[in-house]
Amino acid sequence: MGMITYCEALNQAMIQEMERDSRVFVYGIGVPDHKKIFGSTVNILEKFGPERCFDTPIAEDSMTGLGLGAAINGLRPIHVHIRVDFLLLAMNQLANIVSSFCYGAGGKVGVPLVIRAIVGRGWGQGFQHSKCMHATFAHVPGLKVVCPTTPSDAKGLMTAAIRDNNPVLLFEHRWLYWQKGEVPEDEYEIPIGKGSIVRKGKDITVVATSWMNVEALHAAEILAGNGVEVEIVDPRTITPLDEQIIVDSVNRTGHCLVADNDWVFCGFSSEVAAVVSEKCFGSLKAPVRRIGFAHTPCPTARHLENEFYPNAKKIVRQVENVLGLGETDLSNEVFYSHEKRFKGPF
Amino acid sequence: MNRPSTLDVNLNLYRTMYLIRKSEETIQKYYPDDSMKTPMHMSMGEEAIVAGVVHALNPDDQVLGTCRSHALYLAKTGETDRFFAEMYGKATGMACGKAGSMHLSAPDKGLLCCSAIVASSIPVAMGAAFANKYLKNGKRVAVFFGDGAIDEGVFWETLNFACLKKLRILFICEDNGFAVHTPPGCRHGFRSLSKLIAGFDCNVFEEKTTDPEVIYSIARRALATMEENGKPCFLKLDYYRYLEHVGINEDFDAGYRSVKDYLQWLEIDPIALQKKKLQPTGIPTQEILDIEKTIDEQIERSIDYAQQSGFADVEELHKGVFAWA
Repeated sequence: MGMITYCEALNQAMIQEMERDSRVFVYGIGVPDHKKIFGSTVNILEKFGPERCFDTPIAEDSMTGLGLGAAINGLRPIHVHIRVDFLLLAMNQLANIVSSFCYGAGGKVGVPLVIRAIVGRGWGQGFQHSKCMHATFAHVPGLKVVCPTTPSDAKGLMTAAIRDNNPVLLFEHRWLYWQKGEVPEDEYEIPIGKGSIVRKGKDITVVATSWMNVEALHAAEILAGNGVEVEIVDPRTITPLDEQIIVDSVNRTGHCLVADNDWVFCGFSSEVAAVVSEKCFGSLKAPVRRIGFAHTPCPTARHLENEFYPNAKKIVRQVENVLGLGETDLSNEVFYSHEKRFKGPF
Repeated sequence: MNRPSTLDVNLNLYRTMYLIRKSEETIQKYYPDDSMKTPMHMSMGEEAIVAGVVHALNPDDQVLGTCRSHALYLAKTGETDRFFAEMYGKATGMACGKAGSMHLSAPDKGLLCCSAIVASSIPVAMGAAFANKYLKNGKRVAVFFGDGAIDEGVFWETLNFACLKKLRILFICEDNGFAVHTPPGCRHGFRSLSKLIAGFDCNVFEEKTTDPEVIYSIARRALATMEENGKPCFLKLDYYRYLEHVGINEDFDAGYRSVKDYLQWLEIDPIALQKKKLQPTGIPTQEILDIEKTIDEQIERSIDYAQQSGFADVEELHKGVFAWA
C-alpha cells in the first residue's frame, strides 16, 4: 500500500498491464508529449517505446476505428482523449460500430478496447472543455461506462477495463487527479458493475458520481454536525449498473438524493430515480431528489460557473429540505475550494 | 507458397463469380416471397472486382466491406448455408439472423465485418492492419468501399494515418458512378481523385475493366509493390451496378441513369466475359459445366436448408451484446 494520487494510480495500472500483456498499447492525441495527459502517461513511452505508446493526428473518428480494428485482431488498445468533448467526434464509431460489433458477429468476437476521456472543469473551461455525458454513452447497448472516483478505484477499474473483452469507457474527472489515497502496489481488479458505499449512514442515501462524491462527503460532514447520517453510494460503473447496492441502501434509509456530475434532464440521475421508484416504492418516505449541472451550456465566468455546478452546499440544502430540517449556518464553510486550487490553464 | 497455375486461377475466378451471380439470382427468385426481410444491396455487376482482389490475396488475409457485400462474403467463404439462412433470419444464419444482408462477417475466414454506415469500416481495416504489423503475422488487409466513401472525412483521416504508419492495406474503391443516386458532379469539388490520392505516400492504381483476370493482376501488382516499398495501396476500379441501390429490381425508369449505359456494360458482363475466355471455341468445357453444376446444386441445398431451418428462440435477442467477460 502506498499513498498515491488518482493520476498515479491510473498510470500504475496501465504500466502494470503493459508489462503483463504485450498486446496492450496506449495512443491518442498528445499521449507521449511532454505534458503526458496531465501526467497520467508518464514513463510509458520510455518503458515501452513508440510502438506501444504513440501520438495521433487530430482524427478521433478514424483513430477510434483504429482501436476497434486492432481490438478485434488480437490487441488491447487504450485510446486517450484529453476531454470528453473531443470524444464526441468518435460517436459514429462508438454508437454505430464499436457498440454493436460483438452482437453483429453473433456474440463471437470480443472488442477489448479501453477509451479514457477526461472531464474538464474550472478556470474557464467553458462549454466545449467541460462535458461529462456519461449517460449519453451508457444509453447505447454494448458499451461499458465507468467513472472512478478514488485512486484505489481508478487503478482497479482501469485494470479491469484493460482485461475486459468488451469496449469500456473510463470518464476521469480532472480534479480527481490530485486526490490521494491508499492504493495496493500489486495489480488488482475492481469488478466493473460493482458500486461501493463511500460512507455509511442511516438517514438518507446520496447516490453520487465522480467528483460529486467529494462534494457529498463534504456535505455529509456538515450534516453529521447536526446529527444527520448520510449514506453515500458511488455506483462507480454507470453501465452495467449495480442497482442492488442503491436499492439496498435506499430501503435502509427511506430517502434518496442523486448528485450526478452531469446534466439532470434525461441523465443518469433520471435512471437512478426510476430504479428507486420501481424497486423501493414501499420504503420511500419522500420523492427522489436530483441535482446536477444546470440545464445550460457551461459558462466561462467564475461566478456563473459556480452557479452551473452543484456542490456540497446544494447537497446540504436538499437533504435538509427533504428531511424537513432547518437550514444549517454555512457562513463559515468554504465551498469550491478545489476551484481555487485549479489555476488552469487546461 | 505454390501459386496456382494461370488456368486454375482463371477457373477459380469464374467459379467465384458464378457463385456470386447465381446466389444473387436466387435471392431475386425468392425475395418476392417476403421471407427474406433484409435490405438487399445487390452486388450484380461488381463481381470481377471482388473475385479478382480476393483471389490475389492469401486465404488468411483479411477483408472488410460495406452493406453491399454479398460478393465479398461469398468470395471469401465459398459457403452458402449460413449465408442464405442469415438472409432468411434463421437460427442457422451466420449471426442467428441478427446481422442480415448488410452486416455479413466471417472472421475465421478473414471477413472481419461489413458496415452499413458509409466509410465506417475503413478505419477499422486500418486498425486490423495495425494489429497485423504489431503482431508481425504477415497478413494483409483489403477494405472495399464505394466512391461515396471518399466524401467522408474518415476516409481521408484513415488514408493519412495508414500512409504515415506504412500499413499493409489495400483501399479498394469500387466506383459505380453514384453515391446512392447522386453523381460525382453534385459531390466533388476536385478534378481528379487519383491525383489527390497520389499526394499521399501510397501506391495508386486505376482501371476501368470488367475482366477479373486484369483485376487479379492489378491486385497482385499492388500487393507486390506494397511488399517492396511498404506503402499502402489505393485501387480505383470502376463497375456498373446493374440493379437499384437497394432492392432486387432494375431502376432505369427512375431517370438518373440510362438503360443505354447499362446495355453497354452488359456487353462486357464479367461473368459472361470470363466464360467466353475460358471456352474460346464457344463450347463449354466439361470443367465449366462441372463448376456450374456443383454450384447450382450447392445453392439449391442451401436454400432448402435455410427455408427448413427454424428461427432462434426469442431469448437470442439478448445474447451477444457483450462477449465473455
